Amino acid sequence: MSKIHVNATVNGDAVEFLCEPDEVLLDVLRDRLNLTGAKEGCGTGDCGACSVTLNGRLVASCLVLGAEVEGSAIETVEGIGTADALHPLQRHLLDHAALQCGICTPGIIVAAKALLAENPDPSEEEVRFWLAGNLCRCTGYDKIIRAVLSAAAEMRGDSA
Amino acid sequence: MRYVVAKDCPEAVALLNANNGARLLAGGTDLLVQLKQGAAKPNILIDIKKIDGFGNIAAEEGGFRIGATVSGAEIGAHIALKAAWPGVVEAVELIGSTQVQGRATMVGNLCNGSPAADSVPAMLAAGAVARVEGPGGARDVPVADLLKGPGRTALGSAELVSSVLLPKRGARAGDAYLRFIPRTEMDIAVASAGVNLELDAGGVVVAARVALGAVAPTAILVPEAAAALVGSRLEASALDACATACEAASNPIDDKRGTAEFRTRIAGVMATRAAKTAYTRAGGSL
Ligand SMILES: Cc1cc2nc3c(=O)[nH]c(=O)nc-3n(C[C@H](O)[C@H](O)[C@H](O)COP(=O)(O)OP(=O)(O)OC[C@H]3O[C@@H](n4cnc5c(N)ncnc54)[C@H](O)[C@@H]3O)c2cc1C
Ligand code: FES
Ligand code: FES
Repeated sequence: MSKIHVNATVNGDAVEFLCEPDEVLLDVLRDRLNLTGAKEGCGTGDCGACSVTLNGRLVASCLVLGAEVEGSAIETVEGIGTADALHPLQRHLLDHAALQCGICTPGIIVAAKALLAENPDPSEEEVRFWLAGNLCRCTGYDKIIRAVLSAAAEMRGDSA
Repeated sequence: MRYVVAKDCPEAVALLNANNGARLLAGGTDLLVQLKQGAAKPNILIDIKKIDGFGNIAAEEGGFRIGATVSGAEIGAHIALKAAWPGVVEAVELIGSTQVQGRATMVGNLCNGSPAADSVPAMLAAGAVARVEGPGGARDVPVADLLKGPGRTALGSAELVSSVLLPKRGARAGDAYLRFIPRTEMDIAVASAGVNLELDAGGVVVAARVALGAVAPTAILVPEAAAALVGSRLEASALDACATACEAASNPIDDKRGTAEFRTRIAGVMATRAAKTAYTRAGGSL
Protein backbone atom coordinates (compact mmCIF):
# COMPACT_ATOMS: atom_id res chain seq x y z
CA MET A 1 0.00 0.00 0.00
CA SER A 2 1.33 3.42 -0.81
CA LYS A 3 1.02 6.00 1.91
CA ILE A 4 -1.03 9.16 1.62
CA HIS A 5 0.40 12.56 2.47
CA VAL A 6 -1.97 14.73 4.50
CA ASN A 7 -1.86 18.34 5.75
CA ALA A 8 -4.24 19.51 8.47
CA THR A 9 -4.29 21.48 11.70
CA VAL A 10 -4.64 19.91 15.12
CA ASN A 11 -5.52 22.26 17.98
CA GLY A 12 -4.44 25.15 15.77
CA ASP A 13 -1.01 23.72 14.89
CA ALA A 14 -0.22 22.75 11.32
CA VAL A 15 0.52 19.03 11.07
CA GLU A 16 1.70 16.87 8.23
CA PHE A 17 1.63 13.09 8.21
CA LEU A 18 1.76 10.01 6.02
CA CYS A 19 -0.90 7.38 6.57
CA GLU A 20 -2.21 4.17 5.06
CA PRO A 21 -5.43 4.47 3.01
CA ASP A 22 -7.37 2.46 5.59
CA GLU A 23 -5.84 4.11 8.65
CA VAL A 24 -8.38 5.91 10.83
CA LEU A 25 -7.88 9.38 12.28
CA LEU A 26 -7.84 7.94 15.81
CA ASP A 27 -4.74 5.87 14.96
CA VAL A 28 -3.12 8.83 13.21
CA LEU A 29 -3.62 11.00 16.29
CA ARG A 30 -2.37 8.38 18.73
CA ASP A 31 0.37 6.60 16.80
CA ARG A 32 1.69 9.23 14.40
CA LEU A 33 1.07 12.52 16.18
CA ASN A 34 1.55 11.21 19.76
CA LEU A 35 -1.76 12.68 20.88
CA THR A 36 -3.06 9.87 23.05
CA GLY A 37 -5.95 11.79 24.65
CA ALA A 38 -8.53 10.29 22.31
CA LYS A 39 -9.05 6.64 23.33
CA GLU A 40 -10.17 3.55 21.48
CA GLY A 41 -13.08 1.98 23.33
CA CYS A 42 -14.70 0.10 20.47
CA GLY A 43 -13.34 1.22 17.11
CA THR A 44 -16.84 1.05 15.61
CA GLY A 45 -18.53 4.34 16.53
CA ASP A 46 -20.41 3.06 19.55
CA CYS A 47 -18.60 4.42 22.62
CA GLY A 48 -17.47 8.01 21.95
CA ALA A 49 -14.07 7.61 23.69
CA CYS A 50 -12.38 8.73 20.47
CA SER A 51 -14.45 11.94 20.12
CA VAL A 52 -12.76 14.92 18.43
CA THR A 53 -14.13 17.81 16.44
CA LEU A 54 -13.53 18.03 12.70
CA ASN A 55 -14.07 21.51 11.27
CA GLY A 56 -16.12 22.26 14.38
CA ARG A 57 -18.33 19.17 14.12
CA LEU A 58 -18.24 16.46 16.80
CA VAL A 59 -17.20 13.12 15.27
CA ALA A 60 -15.91 9.72 16.31
CA SER A 61 -12.29 9.69 15.10
CA CYS A 62 -12.43 5.89 14.72
CA LEU A 63 -14.95 6.43 11.89
CA VAL A 64 -12.93 8.99 9.94
CA LEU A 65 -9.98 8.06 7.73
CA GLY A 66 -6.74 9.95 8.20
CA ALA A 67 -6.78 10.55 4.46
CA GLU A 68 -10.16 12.30 4.73
CA VAL A 69 -8.91 15.16 6.93
CA GLU A 70 -6.73 16.83 4.30
CA GLY A 71 -7.13 20.58 4.77
CA SER A 72 -9.30 20.19 7.89
CA ALA A 73 -9.13 21.63 11.40
CA ILE A 74 -9.17 19.03 14.18
CA GLU A 75 -9.58 19.75 17.89
CA THR A 76 -8.70 17.14 20.49
CA VAL A 77 -8.79 17.05 24.28
CA GLU A 78 -5.12 18.13 24.30
CA GLY A 79 -6.29 21.55 23.09
CA ILE A 80 -8.69 22.01 26.00
CA GLY A 81 -7.28 23.61 29.19
CA THR A 82 -3.76 23.23 30.59
CA ALA A 83 -2.44 21.54 33.72
CA ASP A 84 -2.35 24.92 35.47
CA ALA A 85 -5.56 26.31 34.05
CA LEU A 86 -8.11 23.55 33.61
CA HIS A 87 -11.14 24.17 31.43
CA PRO A 88 -14.32 24.57 33.57
CA LEU A 89 -15.55 21.23 32.26
CA GLN A 90 -12.38 19.53 33.45
CA ARG A 91 -12.55 21.25 36.86
CA HIS A 92 -16.20 20.38 37.39
CA LEU A 93 -15.67 16.75 36.33
CA LEU A 94 -12.95 16.53 39.00
CA ASP A 95 -15.02 18.34 41.62
CA HIS A 96 -17.96 16.01 41.03
CA ALA A 97 -15.71 12.92 41.04
CA ALA A 98 -17.25 12.22 37.65
CA LEU A 99 -14.55 9.81 36.54
CA GLN A 100 -13.04 6.58 37.78
CA CYS A 101 -10.87 4.83 35.21
CA GLY A 102 -10.95 7.95 33.03
CA ILE A 103 -11.04 6.18 29.67
CA CYS A 104 -14.28 7.89 28.66
CA THR A 105 -13.31 11.29 30.07
CA PRO A 106 -11.44 12.87 27.13
CA GLY A 107 -14.33 12.00 24.81
CA ILE A 108 -16.84 13.40 27.29
CA ILE A 109 -14.89 16.65 27.62
CA VAL A 110 -14.64 17.11 23.85
CA ALA A 111 -18.31 16.20 23.33
CA ALA A 112 -19.58 18.39 26.18
CA LYS A 113 -17.52 21.33 24.97
CA ALA A 114 -19.08 20.96 21.53
CA LEU A 115 -22.53 20.91 23.13
CA LEU A 116 -21.90 24.08 25.13
CA ALA A 117 -20.56 25.86 22.05
CA GLU A 118 -23.90 25.19 20.36
CA ASN A 119 -26.15 25.46 23.42
CA PRO A 120 -24.66 27.27 26.44
CA ASP A 121 -27.73 26.58 28.60
CA PRO A 122 -28.77 22.96 27.98
CA SER A 123 -31.40 21.18 30.05
CA GLU A 124 -30.45 17.95 31.81
CA GLU A 125 -32.31 16.06 29.12
CA GLU A 126 -30.41 17.85 26.37
CA VAL A 127 -27.09 16.97 28.01
CA ARG A 128 -28.10 13.33 28.39
CA PHE A 129 -29.29 13.18 24.78
CA TRP A 130 -26.16 14.85 23.37
CA LEU A 131 -23.87 12.55 25.37
CA ALA A 132 -25.83 9.36 24.60
CA GLY A 133 -22.98 8.24 22.35
CA ASN A 134 -20.38 8.61 25.12
CA LEU A 135 -20.41 5.41 27.12
CA CYS A 136 -18.97 5.21 30.63
CA ARG A 137 -18.62 1.84 32.34
CA CYS A 138 -17.73 3.28 35.74
CA THR A 139 -19.67 6.29 36.92
CA GLY A 140 -23.32 5.65 36.18
CA TYR A 141 -23.50 8.98 34.28
CA ASP A 142 -25.25 11.06 36.95
CA LYS A 143 -22.10 12.75 38.17
CA ILE A 144 -21.00 13.43 34.58
CA ILE A 145 -24.30 15.08 33.73
CA ARG A 146 -24.19 17.20 36.90
CA ALA A 147 -20.61 18.23 36.22
CA VAL A 148 -21.49 19.35 32.70
CA LEU A 149 -24.51 21.31 33.94
CA SER A 150 -22.51 23.09 36.65
CA ALA A 151 -19.63 23.84 34.26
CA ALA A 152 -22.18 25.29 31.84
CA ALA A 153 -23.60 27.47 34.62
CA GLU A 154 -20.13 28.74 35.52
CA MET A 155 -19.30 29.43 31.88
CA ARG A 156 -22.51 31.44 31.51
CA GLY A 157 -21.59 33.42 34.62
CA ASP A 158 -24.58 32.15 36.62
CA SER A 159 -23.99 32.04 40.38
CA ALA A 160 -25.18 28.46 40.74
CA MET B 1 -6.78 -0.65 -1.16
CA ARG B 2 -6.49 2.84 -2.65
CA TYR B 3 -8.23 5.99 -1.43
CA VAL B 4 -9.19 8.60 -4.02
CA VAL B 5 -11.10 11.84 -3.81
CA ALA B 6 -13.51 12.27 -6.72
CA LYS B 7 -13.54 15.89 -7.87
CA ASP B 8 -16.86 15.65 -9.68
CA CYS B 9 -19.70 13.26 -10.36
CA PRO B 10 -18.51 12.05 -13.80
CA GLU B 11 -15.14 11.21 -12.26
CA ALA B 12 -16.81 9.20 -9.47
CA VAL B 13 -18.88 7.32 -12.06
CA ALA B 14 -15.82 6.70 -14.24
CA LEU B 15 -13.89 5.37 -11.23
CA LEU B 16 -16.77 3.04 -10.36
CA ASN B 17 -16.94 1.92 -13.97
CA ALA B 18 -13.22 1.22 -14.19
CA ASN B 19 -12.89 -0.62 -10.86
CA ASN B 20 -14.71 -3.78 -9.96
CA GLY B 21 -14.76 -3.80 -6.19
CA ALA B 22 -14.81 -0.03 -5.73
CA ARG B 23 -16.91 1.46 -2.92
CA LEU B 24 -18.18 4.99 -2.47
CA LEU B 25 -17.34 6.71 0.80
CA ALA B 26 -19.85 9.24 2.13
CA GLY B 27 -19.98 9.60 5.95
CA GLY B 28 -18.31 6.22 6.38
CA THR B 29 -20.39 5.29 9.43
CA ASP B 30 -21.45 2.03 7.81
CA LEU B 31 -18.56 1.46 5.44
CA LEU B 32 -15.67 2.05 7.86
CA VAL B 33 -17.26 -0.38 10.35
CA GLN B 34 -17.61 -2.96 7.57
CA LEU B 35 -13.99 -2.34 6.56
CA LYS B 36 -12.79 -2.81 10.12
CA GLN B 37 -14.78 -6.01 10.52
CA GLY B 38 -13.57 -7.37 7.19
CA ALA B 39 -17.13 -7.45 5.84
CA ALA B 40 -16.16 -5.08 3.01
CA LYS B 41 -12.92 -5.51 1.09
CA PRO B 42 -12.93 -2.79 -1.57
CA ASN B 43 -9.86 -2.31 -3.76
CA ILE B 44 -10.59 1.39 -4.00
CA LEU B 45 -12.51 3.84 -1.84
CA ILE B 46 -13.99 6.77 -3.72
CA ASP B 47 -14.56 9.72 -1.40
CA ILE B 48 -17.50 11.75 -2.77
CA LYS B 49 -17.53 14.47 -0.09
CA LYS B 50 -15.56 16.99 -2.14
CA ILE B 51 -17.94 16.89 -5.11
CA ASP B 52 -19.48 20.29 -5.75
CA GLY B 53 -23.19 20.40 -4.94
CA PHE B 54 -23.28 17.02 -3.15
CA GLY B 55 -23.23 18.86 0.19
CA ASN B 56 -26.24 21.08 -0.55
CA ILE B 57 -29.85 21.19 0.58
CA ALA B 58 -31.67 23.14 -2.13
CA ALA B 59 -35.29 24.22 -2.49
CA GLU B 60 -36.67 22.81 -5.75
CA GLU B 61 -40.19 23.23 -7.13
CA GLY B 62 -41.65 23.61 -3.67
CA GLY B 63 -39.74 20.59 -2.35
CA PHE B 64 -36.20 19.98 -1.18
CA ARG B 65 -33.27 18.30 -2.89
CA ILE B 66 -30.86 16.80 -0.36
CA GLY B 67 -27.35 16.12 -1.66
CA ALA B 68 -25.59 12.79 -1.20
CA THR B 69 -23.10 14.01 1.37
CA VAL B 70 -25.33 16.20 3.55
CA SER B 71 -24.93 14.94 7.14
CA GLY B 72 -27.69 14.17 9.61
CA ALA B 73 -26.59 17.11 11.74
CA GLU B 74 -27.01 19.45 8.74
CA ILE B 75 -30.45 18.04 7.94
CA GLY B 76 -31.53 18.47 11.58
CA ALA B 77 -30.38 22.09 11.58
CA HIS B 78 -32.31 23.05 8.40
CA ILE B 79 -35.37 24.86 9.71
CA ALA B 80 -37.39 25.09 6.48
CA LEU B 81 -36.75 21.42 5.65
CA LYS B 82 -37.80 20.38 9.14
CA ALA B 83 -40.98 22.44 8.87
CA ALA B 84 -41.89 20.85 5.53
CA TRP B 85 -40.86 17.23 6.26
CA PRO B 86 -40.70 16.79 10.05
CA GLY B 87 -41.09 13.01 9.77
CA VAL B 88 -38.16 12.55 7.40
CA VAL B 89 -36.00 14.85 9.51
CA GLU B 90 -36.88 13.07 12.78
CA ALA B 91 -36.06 9.74 11.13
CA VAL B 92 -32.65 11.00 9.99
CA GLU B 93 -31.98 12.44 13.43
CA LEU B 94 -32.54 9.03 15.02
CA ILE B 95 -29.47 7.65 13.23
CA GLY B 96 -26.83 7.05 15.90
CA SER B 97 -25.27 9.45 18.36
CA THR B 98 -24.25 13.10 18.03
CA GLN B 99 -20.89 11.83 16.77
CA VAL B 100 -22.54 9.63 14.12
CA GLN B 101 -24.89 12.48 13.12
CA GLY B 102 -21.85 14.62 12.35
CA ARG B 103 -20.92 12.22 9.52
CA ALA B 104 -23.83 9.96 8.56
CA THR B 105 -25.74 10.86 5.40
CA MET B 106 -29.35 10.09 4.48
CA VAL B 107 -28.25 8.82 1.08
CA GLY B 108 -25.68 6.50 2.71
CA ASN B 109 -28.45 5.22 4.97
CA LEU B 110 -30.46 4.38 1.83
CA CYS B 111 -27.58 2.91 -0.20
CA ASN B 112 -26.30 0.73 2.64
CA GLY B 113 -29.49 -1.28 2.16
CA SER B 114 -30.31 -2.17 5.75
CA PRO B 115 -33.96 -3.25 6.21
CA ALA B 116 -33.86 -1.32 9.51
CA ALA B 117 -32.39 1.92 8.12
CA ASP B 118 -34.33 4.66 9.86
CA SER B 119 -34.63 7.24 7.11
CA VAL B 120 -35.91 4.81 4.47
CA PRO B 121 -39.53 4.25 5.64
CA ALA B 122 -39.82 8.02 6.11
CA MET B 123 -38.52 8.59 2.55
CA LEU B 124 -40.95 5.96 1.21
CA ALA B 125 -43.86 7.64 2.97
CA ALA B 126 -42.73 10.99 1.61
CA GLY B 127 -42.61 9.69 -1.98
CA ALA B 128 -38.93 10.61 -2.21
CA VAL B 129 -37.19 10.30 -5.57
CA ALA B 130 -33.49 9.54 -5.92
CA ARG B 131 -31.36 11.01 -8.68
CA VAL B 132 -29.17 8.21 -9.98
CA GLU B 133 -26.07 9.03 -12.03
CA GLY B 134 -24.31 6.45 -14.15
CA PRO B 135 -22.30 6.01 -17.33
CA GLY B 136 -25.48 6.68 -19.35
CA GLY B 137 -26.27 9.94 -17.56
CA ALA B 138 -28.81 10.78 -14.88
CA ARG B 139 -32.21 9.23 -14.18
CA ASP B 140 -34.79 9.80 -11.46
CA VAL B 141 -35.89 6.71 -9.55
CA PRO B 142 -38.45 6.52 -6.73
CA VAL B 143 -36.66 5.43 -3.55
CA ALA B 144 -39.13 2.54 -3.33
CA ASP B 145 -37.72 1.11 -6.59
CA LEU B 146 -34.12 1.15 -5.30
CA LEU B 147 -34.69 -1.29 -2.44
CA LYS B 148 -33.77 -4.89 -3.30
CA GLY B 149 -32.90 -6.79 -0.12
CA PRO B 150 -30.61 -6.73 2.91
CA GLY B 151 -27.45 -4.93 1.79
CA ARG B 152 -28.68 -4.70 -1.80
CA THR B 153 -30.04 -1.88 -3.94
CA ALA B 154 -31.11 -1.67 -7.57
CA LEU B 155 -28.11 0.56 -8.38
CA GLY B 156 -25.86 -0.68 -11.18
CA SER B 157 -22.20 -1.29 -10.34
CA ALA B 158 -21.20 2.05 -11.91
CA GLU B 159 -24.14 4.03 -10.55
CA LEU B 160 -24.45 6.35 -7.58
CA VAL B 161 -27.15 8.45 -5.97
CA SER B 162 -26.28 12.13 -6.22
CA SER B 163 -29.30 13.47 -4.32
CA VAL B 164 -32.80 12.70 -3.09
CA LEU B 165 -35.79 14.94 -3.78
CA LEU B 166 -38.51 15.33 -1.16
CA PRO B 167 -41.43 16.59 -3.24
CA LYS B 168 -43.59 19.64 -2.66
CA ARG B 169 -46.19 18.97 -0.05
CA GLY B 170 -49.77 20.23 0.13
CA ALA B 171 -51.02 22.80 2.59
CA ARG B 172 -52.79 20.42 5.00
CA ALA B 173 -50.21 17.66 5.08
CA GLY B 174 -47.83 16.19 7.60
CA ASP B 175 -45.53 13.22 8.15
CA ALA B 176 -44.07 11.34 11.09
CA TYR B 177 -41.65 8.49 11.81
CA LEU B 178 -41.50 6.23 14.85
CA ARG B 179 -39.36 3.25 15.73
CA PHE B 180 -39.36 0.77 18.56
CA ILE B 181 -36.02 0.05 20.23
CA PRO B 182 -35.33 -1.53 23.62
CA ARG B 183 -33.49 1.57 24.87
CA THR B 184 -34.27 5.23 24.27
CA GLU B 185 -31.36 5.98 21.90
CA MET B 186 -28.55 4.44 19.89
CA ASP B 187 -30.08 1.16 18.79
CA ILE B 188 -31.37 -0.52 15.66
CA ALA B 189 -35.11 -0.50 14.98
CA VAL B 190 -37.02 -3.64 15.98
CA ALA B 191 -39.90 -2.30 13.91
CA SER B 192 -40.63 1.17 12.58
CA ALA B 193 -43.14 3.14 10.58
CA GLY B 194 -43.27 6.29 8.48
CA VAL B 195 -46.64 7.87 7.68
CA ASN B 196 -47.45 10.81 5.41
CA LEU B 197 -50.99 12.25 5.31
CA GLU B 198 -52.85 14.94 3.43
CA LEU B 199 -56.20 16.25 4.77
CA ASP B 200 -59.08 18.22 3.33
CA ALA B 201 -60.46 21.34 5.03
CA GLY B 202 -62.73 19.16 7.18
CA GLY B 203 -59.87 17.06 8.52
CA VAL B 204 -60.64 14.02 6.38
CA VAL B 205 -57.59 12.14 5.08
CA VAL B 206 -57.52 12.48 1.29
CA ALA B 207 -54.12 10.91 0.63
CA ALA B 208 -51.91 8.64 2.72
CA ARG B 209 -48.70 6.66 2.46
CA VAL B 210 -47.66 4.17 5.13
CA ALA B 211 -44.24 2.49 5.17
CA LEU B 212 -42.69 -0.03 7.54
CA GLY B 213 -39.08 -0.75 8.46
CA ALA B 214 -37.37 -3.86 9.89
CA VAL B 215 -40.26 -6.23 9.25
CA ALA B 216 -39.30 -7.46 5.76
CA PRO B 217 -36.09 -7.88 3.69
CA THR B 218 -36.41 -4.18 2.78
CA ALA B 219 -38.46 -1.29 4.08
CA ILE B 220 -41.90 -1.61 2.46
CA LEU B 221 -44.82 0.55 1.45
CA VAL B 222 -48.16 -0.85 2.64
CA PRO B 223 -50.85 0.51 0.31
CA GLU B 224 -53.62 -1.40 2.18
CA ALA B 225 -52.68 0.37 5.42
CA ALA B 226 -52.77 3.73 3.65
CA ALA B 227 -56.13 2.91 2.05
CA ALA B 228 -57.54 2.17 5.52
CA LEU B 229 -56.81 5.75 6.55
CA VAL B 230 -58.11 7.51 3.45
CA GLY B 231 -61.63 8.89 3.98
CA SER B 232 -61.27 8.80 7.76
CA ARG B 233 -60.53 11.28 10.51
CA LEU B 234 -58.42 8.54 12.12
CA GLU B 235 -61.36 7.07 13.97
CA ALA B 236 -60.56 3.91 15.98
CA SER B 237 -61.95 1.66 13.25
CA ALA B 238 -59.66 3.21 10.63
CA LEU B 239 -56.61 2.90 12.88
CA ASP B 240 -57.47 -0.72 13.66
CA ALA B 241 -57.78 -1.51 9.95
CA CYS B 242 -54.44 0.25 9.33
CA ALA B 243 -52.75 -1.82 12.06
CA THR B 244 -54.24 -5.05 10.72
CA ALA B 245 -52.98 -4.24 7.22
CA CYS B 246 -49.49 -3.55 8.62
CA GLU B 247 -49.50 -6.87 10.46
CA ALA B 248 -50.57 -8.67 7.30
CA ALA B 249 -47.77 -7.04 5.29
CA SER B 250 -45.07 -7.83 7.86
CA ASN B 251 -42.75 -10.76 7.26
CA PRO B 252 -40.02 -10.20 9.84
CA ILE B 253 -37.15 -12.30 11.10
CA ASP B 254 -36.84 -13.67 14.61
CA ASP B 255 -33.71 -12.48 16.37
CA LYS B 256 -32.38 -11.38 19.73
CA ARG B 257 -33.96 -7.93 19.28
CA GLY B 258 -37.47 -9.26 18.91
CA THR B 259 -39.48 -12.28 17.86
CA ALA B 260 -41.29 -12.25 14.53
CA GLU B 261 -44.60 -12.19 16.40
CA PHE B 262 -43.56 -9.17 18.45
CA ARG B 263 -42.19 -7.27 15.44
CA THR B 264 -45.41 -7.90 13.52
CA ARG B 265 -47.55 -6.60 16.35
CA ILE B 266 -45.33 -3.58 16.99
CA ALA B 267 -45.32 -2.61 13.29
CA GLY B 268 -49.04 -1.89 13.48
CA VAL B 269 -48.68 -0.02 16.76
CA MET B 270 -45.88 2.17 15.36
CA ALA B 271 -47.90 2.90 12.22
CA THR B 272 -51.03 3.99 14.08
CA ARG B 273 -49.08 6.18 16.50
CA ALA B 274 -47.10 7.75 13.65
CA ALA B 275 -50.40 8.30 11.80
CA LYS B 276 -51.77 10.27 14.77
CA THR B 277 -48.68 12.47 14.91
CA ALA B 278 -48.77 13.03 11.14
CA TYR B 279 -52.46 13.90 11.41
CA THR B 280 -51.92 16.60 14.04
CA ARG B 281 -48.91 17.93 12.13
CA ALA B 282 -51.19 18.21 9.09
CA GLY B 283 -53.48 20.44 11.15
CA GLY B 284 -56.08 17.84 12.07
CA SER B 285 -57.39 17.55 15.62
CA LEU B 286 -57.92 14.15 17.20
C1 LIG C 1 -22.78 3.87 16.39
C2 LIG C 1 -23.67 3.78 15.18
C3 LIG C 1 -25.04 3.91 15.33
C4 LIG C 1 -25.87 3.85 14.23
N1 LIG C 1 -27.22 3.98 14.43
C5 LIG C 1 -28.07 3.91 13.39
C6 LIG C 1 -29.47 4.08 13.58
O1 LIG C 1 -29.95 4.31 14.69
N2 LIG C 1 -30.29 3.98 12.49
C7 LIG C 1 -29.81 3.75 11.25
O2 LIG C 1 -30.59 3.69 10.31
N3 LIG C 1 -28.47 3.60 11.03
C8 LIG C 1 -27.60 3.67 12.07
N4 LIG C 1 -26.25 3.51 11.86
C9 LIG C 1 -25.76 3.19 10.52
C10 LIG C 1 -25.23 4.38 9.71
O3 LIG C 1 -24.80 5.43 10.54
C11 LIG C 1 -26.28 4.93 8.74
O4 LIG C 1 -26.73 3.92 7.88
C12 LIG C 1 -25.76 6.13 7.92
O5 LIG C 1 -26.84 6.87 7.43
C13 LIG C 1 -24.86 5.74 6.77
O6 LIG C 1 -24.47 6.91 6.07
P1 LIG C 1 -22.94 7.20 5.70
O7 LIG C 1 -22.92 8.48 4.96
O8 LIG C 1 -22.10 7.12 6.91
O9 LIG C 1 -22.66 5.97 4.75
P2 LIG C 1 -21.32 5.28 4.25
O10 LIG C 1 -20.81 4.37 5.31
O11 LIG C 1 -20.38 6.27 3.69
O12 LIG C 1 -21.93 4.43 3.06
C14 LIG C 1 -22.87 3.39 3.29
C15 LIG C 1 -23.00 2.52 2.03
O13 LIG C 1 -23.65 3.23 0.99
C16 LIG C 1 -22.79 3.39 -0.13
N5 LIG C 1 -22.99 4.77 -0.59
C17 LIG C 1 -22.77 5.91 0.14
N6 LIG C 1 -23.12 6.99 -0.56
C18 LIG C 1 -23.58 6.53 -1.75
C19 LIG C 1 -24.10 7.20 -2.92
N7 LIG C 1 -24.20 8.53 -2.98
N8 LIG C 1 -24.49 6.44 -3.96
C20 LIG C 1 -24.39 5.08 -3.90
N9 LIG C 1 -23.90 4.42 -2.84
C21 LIG C 1 -23.51 5.13 -1.78
C22 LIG C 1 -21.40 3.12 0.38
O14 LIG C 1 -20.54 2.63 -0.62
C23 LIG C 1 -21.66 2.09 1.45
O15 LIG C 1 -21.83 0.82 0.89
C24 LIG C 1 -25.35 3.60 12.95
C25 LIG C 1 -23.97 3.49 12.79
C26 LIG C 1 -23.13 3.59 13.88
C27 LIG C 1 -21.65 3.47 13.69
S1 FES D 1 -13.52 4.11 19.70
FE1 FES D 1 -14.58 5.46 18.41
S2 FES D 1 -16.57 5.38 19.15
FE2 FES D 1 -15.59 3.86 20.33
S1 FES E 1 -14.69 6.57 34.10
FE1 FES E 1 -14.33 4.55 33.40
S2 FES E 1 -15.42 4.54 31.53
FE2 FES E 1 -15.98 6.41 32.36
